[in-house]
Amino acid sequence: MTDQGIGARVKRKEDKRFTTGHGKYTDDVRMENQAYAAFVRSPFAHAEIKGIDKSAAEAMEGVIAVLTGPELVADGIGNIICGWAVTSKDGSPMNMGAWSALATEKVRYVGDAAAVVIAESDAIARRAAEAVEVDYAELPAVAVASKALAAGAPQIHDNAPGNLIYDWEIGDEAATDAALAGAAHVTEMEITNNRLAPNPMEPRSAVATYDPIEEHYTLYTTSQNPHVARLVLSAFYQVAPENKLRVVAPDVGGGFGSKIYIYPEEITCLWASMKTGRSVKWTSDRSEAFMTDAHGRDHVTTAKLGFDADNRIVGFKVDTIANFGAYMSLFSSAVPTYLYATLLSGQYDIANIHCNVRAVYTNTVPVDAYRGAGRPEACYLVERMMETAARELGVEPTELRRANFIREFPHQTPVIMAYDAGDFEANLDQALAAADVAGFAARKAESAKRGVLRGLGFSSYIEACGIAPSAAVGSLGAGVGLWESAEVRVNAVGTIEVLTGSHSHGQGHETAFAQVVADRFDLPLDSISIVHGDTDTVQMGMGTYGSRSGAVGLSAIVKALDKVEAKVKKIAAHVLEASEDDIVIEGGQVKVAGTDKAMGWHEVGLSAYTAHNLPEGMEPGLKETAFYDPANFTFPAGTYICEVEVDPETGVTKIERFTCSDDFGTIINPMIVEGQVHGGVAQGIGQAMLEQVVYDDDGQLITGSYMDYTMPRADDVPFYDVHHASTTCPNNPLGIKGCGEAGAIGTPPAVINAITDAIGTNDLAMPATPQAVWSALQASGKSMAAE
Amino acid sequence: MYSTRYHKPATIDDALAALGAGDEAKVLAGGQTLLATMKQHLAAPSDLVDIRAIDGMSGVTVQDNILTIGAATTHAEVATNADVRQHCGALGQLAGGIGDPAVRHQGTIGGSIANNDPAADYPAAMLALGATIITNSREIAADAFFQGLFTTALDENEIITAIRIPCPAKAAYAKFNQPASRFALVGVFVAKTDMGARVAVTGAGEDGVFRHAALEAALSADWSESAAAKVAISADGLMSDIHASAAYRANLIGVMAKRAVAAS
Amino acid sequence: MKSEKAAKRREVREDQMTNVTMTVNGKSVSRNVPDETLLSEFLREELRLTGTHVGCDTSQCGACTVHVNGKSVKSCTTLAVALDGAEVTTIEGVANGELHPMQVAFNDNHGLQCGFCTPGMIMAGIDMVNRYKASGQELTADAIRHELEGNICRCTGYHNIVKSIQDAAAKM
Repeated sequence: MTDQGIGARVKRKEDKRFTTGHGKYTDDVRMENQAYAAFVRSPFAHAEIKGIDKSAAEAMEGVIAVLTGPELVADGIGNIICGWAVTSKDGSPMNMGAWSALATEKVRYVGDAAAVVIAESDAIARRAAEAVEVDYAELPAVAVASKALAAGAPQIHDNAPGNLIYDWEIGDEAATDAALAGAAHVTEMEITNNRLAPNPMEPRSAVATYDPIEEHYTLYTTSQNPHVARLVLSAFYQVAPENKLRVVAPDVGGGFGSKIYIYPEEITCLWASMKTGRSVKWTSDRSEAFMTDAHGRDHVTTAKLGFDADNRIVGFKVDTIANFGAYMSLFSSAVPTYLYATLLSGQYDIANIHCNVRAVYTNTVPVDAYRGAGRPEACYLVERMMETAARELGVEPTELRRANFIREFPHQTPVIMAYDAGDFEANLDQALAAADVAGFAARKAESAKRGVLRGLGFSSYIEACGIAPSAAVGSLGAGVGLWESAEVRVNAVGTIEVLTGSHSHGQGHETAFAQVVADRFDLPLDSISIVHGDTDTVQMGMGTYGSRSGAVGLSAIVKALDKVEAKVKKIAAHVLEASEDDIVIEGGQVKVAGTDKAMGWHEVGLSAYTAHNLPEGMEPGLKETAFYDPANFTFPAGTYICEVEVDPETGVTKIERFTCSDDFGTIINPMIVEGQVHGGVAQGIGQAMLEQVVYDDDGQLITGSYMDYTMPRADDVPFYDVHHASTTCPNNPLGIKGCGEAGAIGTPPAVINAITDAIGTNDLAMPATPQAVWSALQASGKSMAAE
Repeated sequence: MYSTRYHKPATIDDALAALGAGDEAKVLAGGQTLLATMKQHLAAPSDLVDIRAIDGMSGVTVQDNILTIGAATTHAEVATNADVRQHCGALGQLAGGIGDPAVRHQGTIGGSIANNDPAADYPAAMLALGATIITNSREIAADAFFQGLFTTALDENEIITAIRIPCPAKAAYAKFNQPASRFALVGVFVAKTDMGARVAVTGAGEDGVFRHAALEAALSADWSESAAAKVAISADGLMSDIHASAAYRANLIGVMAKRAVAAS
Repeated sequence: MKSEKAAKRREVREDQMTNVTMTVNGKSVSRNVPDETLLSEFLREELRLTGTHVGCDTSQCGACTVHVNGKSVKSCTTLAVALDGAEVTTIEGVANGELHPMQVAFNDNHGLQCGFCTPGMIMAGIDMVNRYKASGQELTADAIRHELEGNICRCTGYHNIVKSIQDAAAKM
């Protein structure tokens, strides 16, 4: 390893443009002849569109066009689809309702777009959007999934009777019931996983340009996966064939899942650019983001966890209702099934698991993957139940976990996943030591003297990342493969460009990916550039989500590097008249081992391109492409420990310590990995203590801005104590497991377990706001305990 | 945002003329609330009359134990002003807790008081301190000035020019943040004054800022934490929303009052 | 539906244009803009200084933070025409030949990920260090967290932002 290679804390190459204000985000793009789009959004959660009067808006100076859903449909723009087919337990396909980018007959949530105004300026477009008179006939609405399933609930899509999208199950129900019937102790809980708004700080944006001569579209957009966007826009939404559509995702200001999907606004901008002959730009404001960006989570679950007399888990039965919102977003169906129920074994050896999931339409924003996507819901359920069970059984929570840890790998769970490697006890022990759990009792006593309640909570999480083996997900209904591609171009002067289908929107790929290349060929980091985010430049890619860029994206790069290395060695062996097996690459040179025969790295590049003296039959050039399809998911795991103090007078909770021990496999850049953990933990704390999307009974969004949706701020969170105890992933060349989502997955149960420990009642839902904690204390009568 | 006309008068008379000429003119004092409201198309004033350049509109003077603060004095200026700190530290502390540093560099005391947001901090201080609101045409006692949610005694086109505050013997402000907006979920300003103990509560009342009679009675008799703690706080007339029930707000009034007295 | 908003728009008014001259990053600039133009719009659209970002519409996220006459303000909640004669510094104007210590500290301490909130964080960081130094107060980690009340980051969990500002404060 060099000081710039794998494992080095290399400072980020991309920072200079961001710290000087020279990042290039989509809203920074300005095209010649650019017009602006503003959407006419439904103020009702559910209504029929009886008519649209465009005349007043069209008459306004500066308005170019007012376009509606029927026009979009007439032009052949296809419906927005969910790309993962989940089949109900009775064998029937999921009930996917039609979703047009602009509503045609009905609007189904507050913010559903009924029309779009294209105008000379953003201000004119917004003013004109308010002048479009939509005649709505309001219909009864429902925002809560369980209520949407009830008899007599408003029917949201005709082809989803009772608003049921699917009724799916996994595992052996009879065996699980039998195991629970024979259990010595059963812990039973109802757990809500609160609905969240992803809130990347950069709002979504799109700039679409149509070239009528070439019949070619260009879309700049805030995407985590520009190639997937192009694929879907082309194959399903019929905007244009792929060779006539370029999608560019330049600097993107965070995603967290919400920028995976291809939204109505991007489709509409593309279509409107063709209709108007103008470049069309739309940039969401934050209020619009709350109304239109896919939300996350929103599960309600009842579960039973059974133990034998030795406190070994015998069975786990789970029944979940998942709120999908008004339409099925791109990967929505997979979140509460293959990304959730398949992780219900946690870190534990459980023979019998059964999970039933009902997915439900409601009159709310569509719900899809948000950082963690299904795995936070699974982890929260498993880890709150383990902690609660330990309290009921009167054993130490960590001891109950130890008694049930999986210790041999590979381990096949009863819910599809086969864990390949891990050492759960090592993470637990490391976290216990780092958190000074031994000293907790003394700290608690000291807190009590000050009249405050101190609590300790644990969470031993596991997740499935490195999404995903294509054949496996294909067999489970995915409409796409989830491989990744890479191209490594060694230039004639020896510098290197790596083209990757992974997309960096904060993850630091330009640095970490370059480190892998630098490490491989012992080259300076500055000679290596990472190129991503443009379908015209990068051959193909599936993008960044599911903690896959390291495990899958880098693996593709490594495969391409293998090919480059082989060719470099062939050329050098030929030029230096040696055996390929004796060629070594180090210190910027390609050498014959044990001799002083060598050529500079750049000379090999030059040889490849001058092609004056290549081995017989070798093609000129030094550029290799690879596609990598993972053999399995990867399984990052770890233990998080949270220590809190609760003020019983106000319910205010302060996190005093937050300790992480993660197993991410091989780590390329510890600085970047720790940053990913920090951010994930903060989002987990947000979910646990601050954040919740609230709709009223009429489907009106109550938390529509930062005035009411609580974003974690600097004084809401502590410094985090992050450690690693790693096993190597056996299924990819670098041994990487992935780190992007762990914090968001492992944190919420640790926080809630700590608060419930402090206040002495298990009856506490997320977000544990001061009011919620104070109310729980009032209800349990324990508020006086500390006084 | 809708179109508007911006005016930056140098005198009160010019400001009044500009206000009178516009069909729906508004005073711009710092803009931290007004501009946000305009961006959301919830306000569309025809004219904005920026009073910050008017001579004498900002700054703090102290005479005979009375603070006079110009209406266009920013929160940051109030928070760091030496006279405020010396004579009414609680007011400086309150000003230093409004919004965030960037907001405090622009938001003004006059703007905050004229807007009378039910979760704003300044109205509680004005009521508890028995301040006098000085306008271009008259002086209004704080008790008569705040008249419910976003409602004040100001006439149309009347401009606040300054605030006069008698310095209290003791005072403190305890604020419990609404977690998202960081406005006051409950803010309690306690002041030991020549008129007895005065306690004003912001963030909690259905009709906006109000004086708390029971706490005032208790603290007038005995200015102590324990006296405040013994007062039973009724939830009647308190707001309930997603951030706090009336019962929780009532609890917070008690706790914040107690803590304010302790800090005074 | 006849909303309050719908009623407002009935008064269609001509944009009033005003000439505004200010010094931005040391250079005098003059533009004729509608009176309702926000400073953030003026910087991004008129001057094409796109380092100043807009992340919310309720003056809370702080991505748009710039300095006006040496003090941090939210450019999304400031009218450009009100700043005639003012001195404005944006993220593009912070470096003076070499990077500002705050910019260096954000790189050294991994104080940014996606970079969108970063310009506002750096401008807020410089402002708070300047104020604390001027008043002789110690800028503790807790103080930094409190001072960052008006700047939201979704990526970093703030850990390394606080470290960055601490680091820069020692070097400024």
